[in-house]
Amino acid sequence: MMMRTGMSALLAHWRRHPIQLATLLIGLALATALWSGVQAINAEARASYDRAAGALGQGTLDRLVSAEGVTLGDFADLRRAGYVVTPLVEGTLALGETRLTLRGIDPLTAPPGLGNAAIAGDDTALDGLLSEDGLLLVAPETARGLPRDGLPPLRLSGQVDQGTALTEITTAQRLLGVEELTALVLAPEQPFGLPAIETATRLTRIEGQSGGDLARLTDSFHLNLTAFGLLSFAVGLFIVQSAIGLAFEQRRATFRTLRALGLPLSRLMVLLAAELSLIALLAGIAGIALGYAIAATLLPGVAGTLRGLYGADVSGQLGFDPLWALSALAIALLGAGLAGAQALWRVAQMPLLAPARPRAWAMANARALRLQGAFAAALLGASLGLAIWGDGLVLAFACLAALLIGAALALPPVLIGTLRLLRPLARGPVGGWLLADARQQVPALSLALMALLLALSANIGVGTMVGSFRTTFTGWLDQRLAAELYVTARTPSEAQAIRAAVAPEVDAILPVWSVDVTVAAQPAEIFGIVDHPTYRDNWPLLRAEPQVWDRIAAGDAVLVNEQLFRREALALGEPIAITPDWTLPIAGVYSDYGNPAGQLITGIEALDQRFPNRPRLRFALRVDPEAVPDLVAMLRDRFDLPAANVIDQAQVKALSLRIFDQTFLVSGALNVLTLGVAGFAILTSLLTLSTLRLPQLAPVWALGLTPGRLGRLEVARTALLALLTWAVAVPVGLLLAWVLLAIANVEAFGWRLPMVLFPAQWLWLALAALAAAILACLWPVYRLTRLPPSHLLRVFANDR
Amino acid sequence: MTVKARLTALSVALCLALPLSVPGPATAQGFAGLGAEAESFAVPDPDTEFAFPADHLPHPDYRIEWWYLTANLEAADGTPYGVQWTLFRSARRPGTAPGWQADQLWMGHAALTSAGQHRVAERLGRGGTGQAGVTEAPFEAFIDDWTLRSRAADGADALSSVQLTARGADFAYDLALDATGPLIFQGDDGYSVKSPEGQASYYYSQPFYEVAGTLSLPEGDVAVTGTAWLDREWSSQPLSETQTGWDWFSLNFDSGDKLMGFGLRSTDGSHFTSATWITATGATRPYGDGALSVTPLETADVAGRDIPVRWRVTLPEEGLDITTEPLNPQAWMDTLFPYWEGPISLSGSHPGRGYLEMTGYPPRE
Repeated sequence: MMMRTGMSALLAHWRRHPIQLATLLIGLALATALWSGVQAINAEARASYDRAAGALGQGTLDRLVSAEGVTLGDFADLRRAGYVVTPLVEGTLALGETRLTLRGIDPLTAPPGLGNAAIAGDDTALDGLLSEDGLLLVAPETARGLPRDGLPPLRLSGQVDQGTALTEITTAQRLLGVEELTALVLAPEQPFGLPAIETATRLTRIEGQSGGDLARLTDSFHLNLTAFGLLSFAVGLFIVQSAIGLAFEQRRATFRTLRALGLPLSRLMVLLAAELSLIALLAGIAGIALGYAIAATLLPGVAGTLRGLYGADVSGQLGFDPLWALSALAIALLGAGLAGAQALWRVAQMPLLAPARPRAWAMANARALRLQGAFAAALLGASLGLAIWGDGLVLAFACLAALLIGAALALPPVLIGTLRLLRPLARGPVGGWLLADARQQVPALSLALMALLLALSANIGVGTMVGSFRTTFTGWLDQRLAAELYVTARTPSEAQAIRAAVAPEVDAILPVWSVDVTVAAQPAEIFGIVDHPTYRDNWPLLRAEPQVWDRIAAGDAVLVNEQLFRREALALGEPIAITPDWTLPIAGVYSDYGNPAGQLITGIEALDQRFPNRPRLRFALRVDPEAVPDLVAMLRDRFDLPAANVIDQAQVKALSLRIFDQTFLVSGALNVLTLGVAGFAILTSLLTLSTLRLPQLAPVWALGLTPGRLGRLEVARTALLALLTWAVAVPVGLLLAWVLLAIANVEAFGWRLPMVLFPAQWLWLALAALAAAILACLWPVYRLTRLPPSHLLRVFANDR
Repeated sequence: MTVKARLTALSVALCLALPLSVPGPATAQGFAGLGAEAESFAVPDPDTEFAFPADHLPHPDYRIEWWYLTANLEAADGTPYGVQWTLFRSARRPGTAPGWQADQLWMGHAALTSAGQHRVAERLGRGGTGQAGVTEAPFEAFIDDWTLRSRAADGADALSSVQLTARGADFAYDLALDATGPLIFQGDDGYSVKSPEGQASYYYSQPFYEVAGTLSLPEGDVAVTGTAWLDREWSSQPLSETQTGWDWFSLNFDSGDKLMGFGLRSTDGSHFTSATWITATGATRPYGDGALSVTPLETADVAGRDIPVRWRVTLPEEGLDITTEPLNPQAWMDTLFPYWEGPISLSGSHPGRGYLEMTGYPPRE
């Protein structure tokens, strides 16, 4: 009976303060949603890697390759020698604007997991694969983008990676127009008693990239997402804590009354815990729905990012995992528990006959502040140490975390110090009071302001990184895509005919021929180029030896891309083995953004000599830009070339930039969300303070300041704090950007980017911070201006 | 001889077809790839004369064919072993095609059975790639490095002396086989009727092999000797709708006589049986449906199925009344199309050894 009365007394509070309840629920739901949303995205991506690890596409099994191509004879010889190998034909099929990765397998010899999963349980799939027409197994997402004509029949399968078609080897050879095999794939378990396969073949063995490698490669990205999620969760908890704190403060009278009526303290605690759990449960459920929505909205973008940066295929579709939902509920409960623990503790410590007077929150405590400042300094020092001596991606992120947390902890002392310094600038007593009051408020608002700082710094840091990357990328595209037109013929004879046809119209024809090779046990591509100013004048060399272009043209040296250079810790002048019997010194390094694999360049004649039988189908044309449209029309007319085979520079650039922008869409979206949550945190803190601060405002009101004036001063004070926070966030954000560009990027992608500053962006953020802070204080200020004088008077009448 | 109109495919051959569709006896007829063109396959004719070495080689105009070898072996210390080596051929359409074009599909099964262990390996491939097939000179039936290769002297039958090898994940064997008797033609001079409707196949055997060689096991090599039996069959047509599986015996009696006998089980529970009594000198006495009787005595739980592992086999015309016991009741071929195949020992009127194959036993519900 007592329990029910107690509970209804407690819950009555929320009926009278619906906005407070909403704040609490929204805060907790937001925190849960952002955290669990990010978790859902990560889980989906990881599941995709696991799927990929079981498939052939990601090269999880060891392969045998040869620069001269792998033949049917190689396959038969190894099989007859007892080795379990299976043929593979891989290539990209251009279908209009769509690129389809074809993977041709031999279903009879493919070991389990080699695409067999797609066939299993479909008794007609194998027959279709072996039939004359062939069969393409594709994911439903892939099928939607494929033309209906000119392809074998399609069969939908969820087991096939997006953008890939699994088919039979002869079908793949026919569609790709190749006769040889891409590779022989080694079954993981070879028969009993055979010698090592290297002794039995001329082919080169390439270690399979395990799915673990892909996971490791993308770890940085997921760590990034998790950090964002955690940040949002922490910021959300600030909201919850202030809301719970307020609710408990306001109910001190109720607690005292209940206790006085005979409700034991333990009962009261149980009731409060139950109440908190109920709220957490409701907010958790809302958070799950919201988190799922966030994840589903962001996932296509994340998939785009992962594809763009790592070549990792992640399905754009989100599954629903009940375990995930449960863990989200748990995190909501945990969050509410964390946020409410302090409040519950205070209730437990409350003397039975405590005065019902609201107690202002933690007052400025010089000692605590000094301690916090020292801790912040230690963290910032650790961050600096990690930046200088740290090595590896995890340490790079540890450096980031130390920087952000250190900066957040340093914020209150810095703000208080700054406000103290500003004091002499204040005019009149009101100005002086404003600054002093602002200083007084910093501890109470510090959590919300820290949240704002984190959000602003993350915005500036990530914004600077993405902006720097984009500026570099655009400049690099201009250099790299110097030719006006790129043409791909379908057959060698067509290539000859096209060359003859365009020769009178163009300034230069530059072949774009490449061979797949194995460098440092990893697949790489080597291009042959002709000696032409297009390269000499434009190619984005980062470092080079003297006479680099003469040596490249002569085939005496190679250029390597930055990724390969950094990954293998190469040095200029160092020899690098391109094939087992072909080694050239490195004469230069060039930037090659967005390409996960190694790449090399040498003179075309040297490459021709080594690989005389490679098909030569692609070339770049230098031509007066004015003449490009006519030339394109002529090529399409005369040779009936598909659109994808004649691409002009502008198209490639637009496409590249579109991919780039999509890649960083997620960062942008998460930035906005974090800033929104920080704004909300300020609102709840201010709401909490608005009642608590009456004892401070009442005397000022009594001295003659109107509620309207007080309200304006409140707005000014919040804006001032927001602006000061922003001022701290700018250097923190720039440091963050520097760590991302100079440390994290190099570790994660293998390229280092110059940092470009975007002051306009900071100003926009200042406005955004102001807007968020002012919007957040509007409601509390409105309430203040509407406060009946009796409320203010009562401050003096109360039993203080 | 009664000329019965239609043929049945020998069901074992469907092993080759089945892994390409859903494993299981119910789909014995259902290799979808054999649509309209299947009609153009040749069918066995009772009047055809065998010609060698041509008939040792593939018959690509027939849908299914196999080279099926089983051996009862013994180590020097008396430990018994059994070895199976089978090359199946299944055609998607008559004739052959080069390279990857998959007109002729091949499947190899190898097994090594001891009392305590039954090791199995399976290989698939297609003709035209050089991975699997049968060559004439020298005669060699192969898939990967598994071979049945002739060692016969010039002028002798190619199968009179052969070398047999296979290799799995945990075993390998290399055996020399030498025939001490002639080829045996089953049924009516090699035209073997398989159902009351008269479905049939071409079927001949070499049951007179003496074996010597080596088994390679993870624990070491084992030298073995013993006897072996080769079955050659080819046909084109699937089982009749009512036939669900078979129990097939190849028996070597201590007396030197031999018996090939099988019972094809129908959905109505009846058995269609057939047998050939082979004397120690190679004379044959064929017996049509009903003469041989095979009766399960005891079942064992094998791979979730009730498999009859002890049998009573009688052929009153020859005074035969024996009981068979498996060397290893768990001789389960866990291949894409699973079946039971293993060495057995014989007691009763005619003690001896042999091999038993049982197919079409569904998993318990």
